[in-house]
Amino acid sequence: MKALSQKRRHPLAALALLVLGLMLTGGLYAVVTTVNEAKADTTTFTAHQVEEGEKLFVANCATCHGIGANGTDAGPSLAGVGAAAVDFQVGTGRMPMQMQGPQALGKPAQFTTEQTRELSAYVATLGDGPAVPSEEYLDGNGDAAVGGELFRVNCAMCHNAAAAGGALTRGKFAPALAGVSNSHIYEAMVTGPQNMPVFNDANITPEGKRDIITFLNTIEEQGNPGGAKLGSLGPVSEGLFIWTAVLGVIVGFTVWLTSRTS
Amino acid sequence: MSSATQTPFEPTTSTGRITNFVDERVGGSGILREFGRKVFPDHWSFMFGEVALYSFVILLLSGTFLTFFFDPSMAETHYHGSYVPLKGVEMSVAYSSSLNISFEVRGGLFMRQVHHWSALLFVASVSVHMLRVFFTGAFRKPRELNWVVGGVLLILSLAAGFTGYSLPDDLLSGNGLRIIDGVVKSIPIVGTYISFFLFGGEFPGTAIISRLYMLHIMLVPAMILLMVAIHLFMVVVHKHTQYPGPGRNDRNVVGYPLGPVYAAKAGGFFFIVFGIIAMISAFFQINPIWNYGPYDPSPVSAGTQPDWYIGFVDGALRLMPGWLFNIPMEWNIPLPWGTNTLSFNVLGPALIPAGLIFALMFTYPWIERWVTRDNREHHVLDRPRNAPTRTAIGVAGVVLYCVMWAAASSDLIATHFHVSLNDVTYWLRALFFIGPVLGFIVTKRVALALQRKDREIALHGRETGRIVRLPHGEFQEIHAQLDDYKRYKLVGYESPVAEEGIPNENGIVTKKENLRAKLSSFFFEDRVAPATPSELEAGHHHEAIEASDDDNKAVTH
Repeated sequence: MKALSQKRRHPLAALALLVLGLMLTGGLYAVVTTVNEAKADTTTFTAHQVEEGEKLFVANCATCHGIGANGTDAGPSLAGVGAAAVDFQVGTGRMPMQMQGPQALGKPAQFTTEQTRELSAYVATLGDGPAVPSEEYLDGNGDAAVGGELFRVNCAMCHNAAAAGGALTRGKFAPALAGVSNSHIYEAMVTGPQNMPVFNDANITPEGKRDIITFLNTIEEQGNPGGAKLGSLGPVSEGLFIWTAVLGVIVGFTVWLTSRTS
Repeated sequence: MSSATQTPFEPTTSTGRITNFVDERVGGSGILREFGRKVFPDHWSFMFGEVALYSFVILLLSGTFLTFFFDPSMAETHYHGSYVPLKGVEMSVAYSSSLNISFEVRGGLFMRQVHHWSALLFVASVSVHMLRVFFTGAFRKPRELNWVVGGVLLILSLAAGFTGYSLPDDLLSGNGLRIIDGVVKSIPIVGTYISFFLFGGEFPGTAIISRLYMLHIMLVPAMILLMVAIHLFMVVVHKHTQYPGPGRNDRNVVGYPLGPVYAAKAGGFFFIVFGIIAMISAFFQINPIWNYGPYDPSPVSAGTQPDWYIGFVDGALRLMPGWLFNIPMEWNIPLPWGTNTLSFNVLGPALIPAGLIFALMFTYPWIERWVTRDNREHHVLDRPRNAPTRTAIGVAGVVLYCVMWAAASSDLIATHFHVSLNDVTYWLRALFFIGPVLGFIVTKRVALALQRKDREIALHGRETGRIVRLPHGEFQEIHAQLDDYKRYKLVGYESPVAEEGIPNENGIVTKKENLRAKLSSFFFEDRVAPATPSELEAGHHHEAIEASDDDNKAVTH
């Protein structure tokens, strides 16, 4: 303690204090947000949440989805889409939609976790639908090898074998999956957002979904054994690289080798 | 020394004794004397053939290493290596051994990456080399046959690449094989038989990997080596071409002798190329087969593409519509023995563009020779601008190739530039027909404009940006004359003139001769003549007056 108090007028003391303060607030924030997420995973909603959710819905969503979420020309009815669909669409920022287009683009979420939960609570009352998945399927402790096989058979044709994303028709696309949270991946599978088909529990069991999530977590964490991945886009980026960077360097050397010494 | 007998050379050092021993038996000094005096002109664009040769050597070295550990069997096994996401997965022995090379064998992943990167560089440098030869007219007499050998080498390098691409038996290579299988099956009548013969039964069978392996490590490399030997032999016989310049003509070669400087440069260049490949192999991942998983005919991954050199065929397949204005591109043709299907939507794009490009490439030296009736030997190259039509034809071909090439990555163009995949396809379909024409016109005009600029500079000198006012008030910009060496490059070229059809001995201009005359005017109608000596003289005279005006002004001041 004495050693610490002696150093309190050290030139770097202020900096150390700042770093400490930042880490403390950051750490607390991280804890608080994960606590919030954990709460969101419970499937029961209070009547208060439903009430608040309806207010939010009328103010933000009813323009397109209609009062009572009955649907309009601009947006579909939400009866029966379930809490999971709301949690995915609102949680990834796809809803409210940035603009009309081939498909809604992900962006920073517009609502807080609690507001998203309230919206989910309201939409869940409109009809039975997939609920927000429970924590046991989201821990990423399944079998990565089984998940990999399921992914290649069910997902890779749109999302690419390395989950780097791919093109669909008329400007639609399957996004890259790096950085997507486990619960959002699960929700996407059960609700089939945008152009994605629904993979219900008869298609892929909840355990299978857990394995797929584990596979995605594993390939994201393991990095690239062979060096820079060049976008994981396969032979196209490799060919581009050899024709631009490598041939460029080689031309540089040929010019150097054939230049006359002065 | 004191003895008068015939002992012409008595080595004094041990190195000298060994060298002399060898030389007296194989005559190495004679060979060295001959080859050491071969003259090579120095220009950076002459070195792509060397890059190709060196990457081929690296391919042989790294490939040999890979054969120590690769097992081309399609027998089923379960993976038990260290790559977690594939643990226990059922796969072929070939894929399992490729994974073991990547994760278990020390330095194996590096060697795999060296092999694959140098394969990409090999085909790329062969292509650039051929483009250089085409655009400088180096394929003209006496080198037509060597041009054909080069074309065969290009095809062989594609074959080597494709057979190698399929070996790891991962999802990506299996998808590639499936496309080949589809193309083979689309050949009318015999297609299915060829496919069954190739795969030893229905696709994928259990034979294809070991068959491709034999082709990849024995037949194809042996043929490449043979062709390389013929190619280099002909280079020695023909001697190297050179760019136009003072003192250079079709009877000499101006450059450095092979020994010692040029040999040192070329030898060192091998290590530079090796070094570059080693660096990119260490830092950039290529073909991460563990990402793709084992081959299984049911899944097809998004973003499935061949390596770049097969891309143009894949692109042509992607561009071909299955239906054209309510007319299907697939017909069932009743034949005496039953109905056969003609899948033109697969057969056409797979064979026609590639066939067209290669046929034109192989025959072009003869086409040009026939049109120009030029039977002389050419050892001095053309600057591309000085053969505007040939350059424009070449660019049209490059544009056609690049449109198909781009089509092979249409999905990535769509996702990365946020445009519709359909629109990308429609645009590329249009460009497939319009692009080469536009490329031809633009290139020809640019080449002629550059020739005009050269002529202008040769006659009137370079603009200096210095404006002077003459005594009578006129403003003039001073032009600086080029030195003779630079001016020679601008005026020392041939410029053929379009020819009328020549009547034969009966005084008749045959139809064939008429066609030749038409092609001749197509080639040489638009023409910028090089500045003649008399024009140059007149130009200089004009310049002299300007200069003297300048002097007068200096005097009056």
